[in-house]
Amino acid sequence: MAAFIVVVLSAVLTNNFITAKTYGICPFLGVSKKTSSAAGMGVAVTLVMVLATLVTYPIYTYVMVPLKIEFLEIIFFIFIIASLVQMLEAIIRKISPSLYNSMGVYLPLITTNCAVLGVTELFTNATMNGDKLDLGSLSQVISGVSESISMNLGWAVLYSLFAGLGFTLVMIIMSGMREKLNYYKTPKALAGFPIAMVTACFICMAFTVFSYISL
Amino acid sequence: MNKFKKITLDGLIFQNPTFMLVLGTCPTLGLISSAFSSMGMGLTVVVILTLSNILISLLRKVIPDAVRIPCYIVIIATLVTFARIFLYKYVPDLYDSLGGFLSLIVVNCIILGRAEAFANKHTVVESAVDGIANGLGFTAALTIMGVICEFFGKGSLFGYQIMDFGVGMLAKPAGAFLVYGICIAVFVYIIDCFERTRRVKANKLARENLLKEAA
Repeated sequence: MAAFIVVVLSAVLTNNFITAKTYGICPFLGVSKKTSSAAGMGVAVTLVMVLATLVTYPIYTYVMVPLKIEFLEIIFFIFIIASLVQMLEAIIRKISPSLYNSMGVYLPLITTNCAVLGVTELFTNATMNGDKLDLGSLSQVISGVSESISMNLGWAVLYSLFAGLGFTLVMIIMSGMREKLNYYKTPKALAGFPIAMVTACFICMAFTVFSYISL
Repeated sequence: MNKFKKITLDGLIFQNPTFMLVLGTCPTLGLISSAFSSMGMGLTVVVILTLSNILISLLRKVIPDAVRIPCYIVIIATLVTFARIFLYKYVPDLYDSLGGFLSLIVVNCIILGRAEAFANKHTVVESAVDGIANGLGFTAALTIMGVICEFFGKGSLFGYQIMDFGVGMLAKPAGAFLVYGICIAVFVYIIDCFERTRRVKANKLARENLLKEAA
């Protein structure tokens, strides 16, 4: 149970993909002007992250490592993710057109999203480092717990699910702040991306505090 | 020759991928806490971008239009795999400091963007020049921000300690967002001023010519 809590807290708060690792910044800055679209993008990214982990982790462990072709992981993974996204788009369009209208437009963008490739790389790095998942500062706080987490598919899927939820959380916070920003006048040079980045700076600072918590 | 000058200036300044187009943000924000790793990232991207531009431009009549994006991704992924093996063998310091962002060059928008917007429509030499110019524009932007972040965040430059003082926040993702946003604002402001003076000068010249003709 302790291990579960540590993984969840680490994925959502202390090792958040946007605020700590800076993965997936393109959708974070590009699709965060409206809360509804930010939430849609976040859910789509979470879904693809979980599915990508579910497919790539077994392929890496049971096919690529025994055949000693780990060096091909980038080519394999990007192809798997691209075809997965295409497949998901076709399935969603067939099953539920309304869901497709709200979420489908973001799916093609996800193929070239750092967060999805980043999460799959994270687990292959963990495999290389003797099956230990890097939990960041939390593992120092709760010593002993990180020792008990050896990587397997369950932990990988759990971690990617909560990393995706953390991504969604930050997207929604950011879009709320940007919607509020519309009511204020910004200097001409700062309008657009610069003011969004300064806003993101404050969100990051708030999230950095989480890395100092001790349980 | 004028054409090459325009391509170079566009890549370096007027369409600078980092400051003007805001592409490739994930590695930028993740690595500018250290000048060495941001410069190394930039130079790696120069090599990969130039090679991918050359290859895609060579193959632009062979690749069918419908499947061009997967083809580009395979080319880029292969180059990144080579770069990864090369750095691991010969520049292990850089390999360690780039971390996960080295394999994430595959999903760097700059490389795919230049392939899509430039290399599949232009000759090999033009594409090579475009790749070098855009890559150097990216490198210059990253190095400038890396120097700022490292000097004020850790009080060092390229790893050499200069002063015993640092604002810790600037060496974290939060500071990276802040510095990036302010750098974009300053860059856009300078370009705006430059264009305005050029326009004023051109208008003045035109008016003087008109007056001369009238006289």
